[in-house]
Amino acid sequence: MKYEATIGLETHIMQKTNTKMFCACKYEYGAEPNTHVCPVCLGYPGALPVMNEKAIELCCKAGLLLGCEINPYSKWDRKNYFYPDMAKNYQITQADQPLCLGGQVAVEVDGEMKTFTLERIHQEENAAKNTHVAGASLVDYNRAGTALMEIVSNPCMHSAADALAYLTALKQIMEYGGISDCNPEKGQIRSDVNVSVRPVGQEKLGSKVEIKNMNSFAFIQQAIEYEIDRQIEVLESGGKVVQETRGFDSDRGETFSQRTKENAHDYRYFPEPDLMPVKISAEQIGQWRSELPELPVQRRERYVKELGLPEYDAGVLTADMATSDWFERVMVHTRNAKAVSNFIMGEMMRLLSEHGLSIAESKVTPEKLAEIIALIDAKTISTGAGKQVFEIIFNEGGDPKQIVEEKGMAQVSDDSALEGWADEAIASNPKPVEEYKAGNAASINFLMGQVMKASRGKANPGAVMQMLKQKLDG
Amino acid sequence: MPEANPGMHVSDIAHLARIDLTSEETALFQSQLDQILHYVEQLNELDVGGVEPTAHAIPVYNVLRKDEIGQSLDRDAVIANAPAATGGQIRVPKIIDQ
Repeated sequence: MKYEATIGLETHIMQKTNTKMFCACKYEYGAEPNTHVCPVCLGYPGALPVMNEKAIELCCKAGLLLGCEINPYSKWDRKNYFYPDMAKNYQITQADQPLCLGGQVAVEVDGEMKTFTLERIHQEENAAKNTHVAGASLVDYNRAGTALMEIVSNPCMHSAADALAYLTALKQIMEYGGISDCNPEKGQIRSDVNVSVRPVGQEKLGSKVEIKNMNSFAFIQQAIEYEIDRQIEVLESGGKVVQETRGFDSDRGETFSQRTKENAHDYRYFPEPDLMPVKISAEQIGQWRSELPELPVQRRERYVKELGLPEYDAGVLTADMATSDWFERVMVHTRNAKAVSNFIMGEMMRLLSEHGLSIAESKVTPEKLAEIIALIDAKTISTGAGKQVFEIIFNEGGDPKQIVEEKGMAQVSDDSALEGWADEAIASNPKPVEEYKAGNAASINFLMGQVMKASRGKANPGAVMQMLKQKLDG
Repeated sequence: MPEANPGMHVSDIAHLARIDLTSEETALFQSQLDQILHYVEQLNELDVGGVEPTAHAIPVYNVLRKDEIGQSLDRDAVIANAPAATGGQIRVPKIIDQ
């Protein structure tokens, strides 16, 4: 029998705010434990939450970037549960009236354009960080109460590749939009994954299994692949898939059954009496919409249409925001987009990966790359010499013009110098000369190679070609 | 004596709240809870079909604050309120089954 998997994701994203969702404590990753806490985020009796305006703005902007409808009226609810990661014994969230409704992420998967639809985005607060040691658990409340939004997709994906493409696009949009840094290591993007399997043709979805709280995209992919195989095996052997929560053991690459904290109805959701609802006007939405930055897909289009870059280049350059921003900064100083793109995709990416650096750490600044390209365009140096200059600056720093001078890299276009090399090449290679004269135009390339070699790469290729033609044709 | 409400058992609530109750206490609280629920149930006599649910009695919206960092508590004072602590973290009984 053939089976089909259905996958839905609940992705938690920590927003880029200075302070927590409902109190003025600072949000800072890696701070000394329990130094950014107050009566509100510690759940002291009588302490009252107040909404962070910036978090609401970021959640709605995320919604606008993802094509959601912004709910004109939304409200807050308490989700009750007992766990030390939430000192109040409830989490403030949005149950039935979230900030954003609907939406979608359009992305290419294996060459095919797919649209994954969203159910909603709601705003909530993050839980504290637990560390488990022998015989006890330790709690750091610095993260408790920080702004966290949950993006809920519909069960519309069918493979680990779909889920990975969706998450990658989502992360990219959130980064471009300035909504979140989406650093998985800092827990700024985490997903719960729902997976079910059914025989192809069956209308009803199979029992779903939820795999909780994964940050690594590679683990999410592995967990989905493992879970699809496991469920198919259960069905094939005549068994039933149990609806349950499972964890992912990254060492073994397997999911395992987990005992759950509570059943859904045990959360006893009820309206949060301490927070007033949120109303968002059409004017406000218009204002936010006007402030939205250009998205990767729009940038890609612009690079192709306005800068004349190939689709491939545009895709590579916009894959992450830092690279794309860096490219834009070079373009302030030059009009030769293809040359910039070639340097970034070639020398820059190779050297960054060799040295394990990010583009922001490169000693070659956008201004310096523009200068190198200007030197090449002016035919002062060859493209090959340009690459050498790039690498020298990448490793040691320095000024392009000065390096060209010091290392004697300038191209020779001076006729008298070229003439000597050209005459020598013609004299010592009678066969290609004859072939060229007999009509084989390509033979001139061999002679050109000889001149370049004699000049140790410094001869200006255009000038050499002209000189050779002049001598052979004339 | 009102009928017991089938949806709300003191034993379930006690479990969710992590409170140990004796069987005498459970019986006592169950009868009290049933009385309360029965009292509230009178509201069911009203037809509220056309009334929009509301979470608040007053029409106030958008009580917001600027995203500006304020004063947090001194850690020693926070830790002093905790039953146990290790290295600035609050220590609780182990909460995960390994």
